[in-house]
Amino acid sequence: MITQDVDLEIRLLLEAIFEKYHYDFRRYGGASMKRRLVRAAGRFGCRTISALQERVLHEPTVFPQLLEDLTIQVSDLFRDPSYFRAVRERVVPILATYPSVKLWIAGCATGEEVYSYAILLREEGLLERTIIYATDIHPPALARAEAGVFALERMPAFSENYQRAGGKASLSDHYVTGYGGAAFDRSLRARVVFADHSLATDEVFAEVQMVSCRNVLIYFDRALQDRALRLFADALCPMGFLGLGSRETVRFSAEARRFTEFDRSERIYRRA
Amino acid sequence: MAEPRIVVMGGSAGAIEALLEILPALPAGYPLPVLVVVHLPGGQQSMLAEVLGARTPLAVIEAEDKARATPGTVHVAPPDYHLLVEADGTLALSVDAPVHHSRPAIDPLLESAADAYAEGVVGVVLSGASADGAAGLAAVRRAGGLAIVQDPATAWSPHMPEAALREADPQLVLAPAAIRAYLVSLGGTEVRR
Repeated sequence: MITQDVDLEIRLLLEAIFEKYHYDFRRYGGASMKRRLVRAAGRFGCRTISALQERVLHEPTVFPQLLEDLTIQVSDLFRDPSYFRAVRERVVPILATYPSVKLWIAGCATGEEVYSYAILLREEGLLERTIIYATDIHPPALARAEAGVFALERMPAFSENYQRAGGKASLSDHYVTGYGGAAFDRSLRARVVFADHSLATDEVFAEVQMVSCRNVLIYFDRALQDRALRLFADALCPMGFLGLGSRETVRFSAEARRFTEFDRSERIYRRA
Repeated sequence: MAEPRIVVMGGSAGAIEALLEILPALPAGYPLPVLVVVHLPGGQQSMLAEVLGARTPLAVIEAEDKARATPGTVHVAPPDYHLLVEADGTLALSVDAPVHHSRPAIDPLLESAADAYAEGVVGVVLSGASADGAAGLAAVRRAGGLAIVQDPATAWSPHMPEAALREADPQLVLAPAAIRAYLVSLGGTEVRR
């Protein structure tokens, strides 16, 4: 890889992707994006980011693969069990006071978080009056999320997370196995709307009582974080909840004043 | 060498022992930010910041996304996140795939620091049991920074320093006590200036 002028080439590539494919990565954080692009260029056999740009623009099969590289996000069911325990024990009792609940999972990737919430809400008796909006910019990821099938070898770790998160039964009550996969009960997603939505370019689409957006904002620069947090604040009802990743915070954002801390250590905020 | 602006350090097995020999000597008011990655078992809440902080005059905190790399502060990568630093001096976290089977990994930190600070980076690879850090330290070296490797003979696990020696052609190969003295002296010249 020739690295001279690489920052310039990255700006041009992201601009080209936006113009041609309408995916806006221009305000993603520099260091992680650079790492992903340099690695992707290597995988495509390109000596420069400019060479990758040429292929992205002229070879129809290249962009979908690159999009996969740029968006791939592998989470776990009940990642950070203490977070889901806090949601179960402290947030759900308040959500239960609403006649109906809308939960927006922003950046749901392949659905690990979607099934975590659906299981938790079912066990708390709230799923039947909840609508979950599960959004992501990557349609193939949404399709995988909707299928709800995870590799069998991931289940022991997921089960342990589930138990530590305060699970009331056995995780295996919620899925059936076969062909090396675990397929989650399709009734878990009866209340889920999967939709293509970009925090960079789209607007608010509903009023919701809770937004969960975990380990997505870390990939954005400040300006894009501000935009996403503005969308969340606009979407949330007064006193609605915002859950972030375990090392994310609203503190450095221009939107910080629109949120108050609800659970400091678990990064759960409320709309002020 | 150009004026140092940031210290980035990493290791795995045996690195905490080395860090406990090095960091406690850095005086309060140390003029450089110090960023640290130590491989930890995934999913466990780390006590690393507490362990190092209890013995160190500098503030030792787990890195927060978008926080500023602060002089006189040791920012430790949290468990299960890569730690990187941006050109504007803010910290960035990522949950990208593990590197050398580890998250956090040392290469992303060192490579991002080399990009962001070029010849202003002091990179240190400590004791450890994988080849993580070697590519990152090579990037530091290529960018004109200072590459330091813990002398493998003093490392509880020499694999990581040896890999860094092979790949990065470091300027300095030092025992922890000498790394400590060197980092302290970097602060001293700044303070006197």
